[in-house]
Amino acid sequence: MVGVAPPPATVSSRDPRDRGGPLQPLLLVRHLKKHFKIHGGLLGGSGSRVHAVDDISFEIGKGETLGIVGESGCGKSTTARVLMRLIEPDSGEVIFDGEAVGTTGGLSLRELRRGMQMVFQDSYASLNPRLPIEETVAFSPRVHGLDRRQARRRARSLLGRVGLDPDLYARRYPHELSGGQRQRVNIARALALEPRLVILDEAVSALDKSVEAQVLNLLVDLKSELGLTYMFISHDLNVVQYLSDRVMVMYLGKVVEIGDVDAIYDDPRHPYTRALLAAMPSMDPDQPTMEAPLFGDPPNPIDPPSGCRFRTRCAFAEAVCERTEPALIPPEPRTSRSVGCHMSDPASGHSRAGVRFPFASDHLQ
Amino acid sequence: MNDNLVEVRDLTVRFATDDGPVAALNGVDFSVAAGEVMTILGESGSGKSVTLRALMRLLPPRKASLSGTIRVGPHRIDTLGEHQVAELRGPLISMIFQEPMLAFDPVYTIGRQITETIIRHERIDEAGARARARQLLERVQIPSAERRLASYPHEMSGGMRQRAMIALALACRPALLLADEPTTALDATVQIQILLLLRELQRELGMTVIFVTHDIGVATEIADTLAVMYAGRIVEHGPVRAVLRAPAHPYTRGLLASTLKRGMRGRRLEAIPGAPPSLADLPPGCSFAPRCPSVMPQCHDQVPPLTAIDDTHSDRCLLAIPRLADAVDRGAVAASYSPT
Repeated sequence: MVGVAPPPATVSSRDPRDRGGPLQPLLLVRHLKKHFKIHGGLLGGSGSRVHAVDDISFEIGKGETLGIVGESGCGKSTTARVLMRLIEPDSGEVIFDGEAVGTTGGLSLRELRRGMQMVFQDSYASLNPRLPIEETVAFSPRVHGLDRRQARRRARSLLGRVGLDPDLYARRYPHELSGGQRQRVNIARALALEPRLVILDEAVSALDKSVEAQVLNLLVDLKSELGLTYMFISHDLNVVQYLSDRVMVMYLGKVVEIGDVDAIYDDPRHPYTRALLAAMPSMDPDQPTMEAPLFGDPPNPIDPPSGCRFRTRCAFAEAVCERTEPALIPPEPRTSRSVGCHMSDPASGHSRAGVRFPFASDHLQ
Repeated sequence: MNDNLVEVRDLTVRFATDDGPVAALNGVDFSVAAGEVMTILGESGSGKSVTLRALMRLLPPRKASLSGTIRVGPHRIDTLGEHQVAELRGPLISMIFQEPMLAFDPVYTIGRQITETIIRHERIDEAGARARARQLLERVQIPSAERRLASYPHEMSGGMRQRAMIALALACRPALLLADEPTTALDATVQIQILLLLRELQRELGMTVIFVTHDIGVATEIADTLAVMYAGRIVEHGPVRAVLRAPAHPYTRGLLASTLKRGMRGRRLEAIPGAPPSLADLPPGCSFAPRCPSVMPQCHDQVPPLTAIDDTHSDRCLLAIPRLADAVDRGAVAASYSPT
């Protein structure tokens, strides 16, 4: 399959697992929150909290790839772990294809993990070093009811599918494989329960560039063949742009901008999204970056700033940014994008609110 | 002597391991002119970090056997005694690392570590050294430098620690700065700040820099010349523009083709098949031959020499040799030219 990637969505209505129909988002997340308490040192509990994920809402359509970007401490990995219920959320709703997760009468954890699987960054740490890779891949199908022979047959077919010839590789141990091969095993394992949503948390970040491209091609192929939906978390903006249909930008536990990948990359509206994109190294030696878009490090997610979390690093911060937290709203009607910035809200009282090009410097306006 | 600050010839490093010898470097040759930023681009296991450590003589002598010559300024680093090398670390050669927490001692303040380094190498009293430490922190744009002198490494954020490590590395005004992926562990918005700072300091101080990275974007921002390493050898070396715009070696070409740029969505990536060879069991000929789309039978027999494409750009590929003959015929390359 060379050339154009298949169009997203079109999950066939024949998929027996589909419950809500094509228009029902596969994943609906409402007001999800996870704070971590910090245990005090010698002086006892200070009551400090890490606002890892702080009231975020988003959805992922069927057959779509949602990219999540942001720097360390923004909450992107915590979001993934909370969705997988590796960590219990403090509050918020998660609805998987119309069914609530973790509530009475809703989807059980076991059912959730049939539908949702995850691939981690560290390909070695996430494999059992004492099991041949075939056994690792066969493990969850066995737990979920297949007998040994069936589970092994499925494992071998999946290994073949991710490009590892089972006759050659099935009995090998993780340390006998390269990083790229190990990540293929992790992908095969994630697919072993035939999930519909795969969360990829920095899944290609540890791979060498020449191997990363192979794994990205594999992810694209698997998605179209198996009708998968991806949530793709990465710090690498180029990779996110390559794979995603929509992008969600996070900063200190909040979503600051979410929408169509091209809209965001071509015309970022949140000052943080702009800074993040401007910080990408130049690929042209004749046009090196001349100025860093931000100074200093991302602040600590313990006790984040009031109002807009980005205001302490934002060149456009005004009094309103300190007082009021901006709502995540579309900057103009009839767009699928939302921005959490007072400059995008004509009613916010920010002096640049509603200005079409708020980032142009003053003398140009 | 010529204008080159660094000359490395036929550098070979073998590590003794329980599973037998590992051929980390297999004949590395390069020169770096004074004031030049040479970037070594390579994947894990390509030998880029081992090259830097050899230049600083940081490889464990009992496990690593080294041959070839390394000259930095007037000094033959490869033959000096341990004590003499220690004298040169700081004033002649200095190094920054990916993880600053490992470069600093966690139990001493930043100020004390910088001050001690200065006193160790120069005739200067403590007050003078401390004043210089403060200037250094200011120079690397650490806010409230005076107060930061009293900070311990763990009290600083990742980006500030990286700045402090640069200050420490520059404390004795080295002629040569070795940088081993110093921005790889940093967030995107911090990475670009550190790259710009290094570029600024390099120009201001006229330093020679050897910068190791796996990231083509980072190399593009900082490099004057680019050396691409694969399986312990430099396979292509030249001015950064030439290597990026007219890559000659099939590995460089594959690497550039498989690197994501904007606007590639929906297109299938041209991935290089396979994986780099094991350094414990290198193929006899060209190390890239098993993955190379242009492979010829003779590629498996001999390691191709580093061959000039023009006076500044060379690559290590048998395909280059007929091209060299052409270039000599055209007069583009002096017949006596030998690469690097």
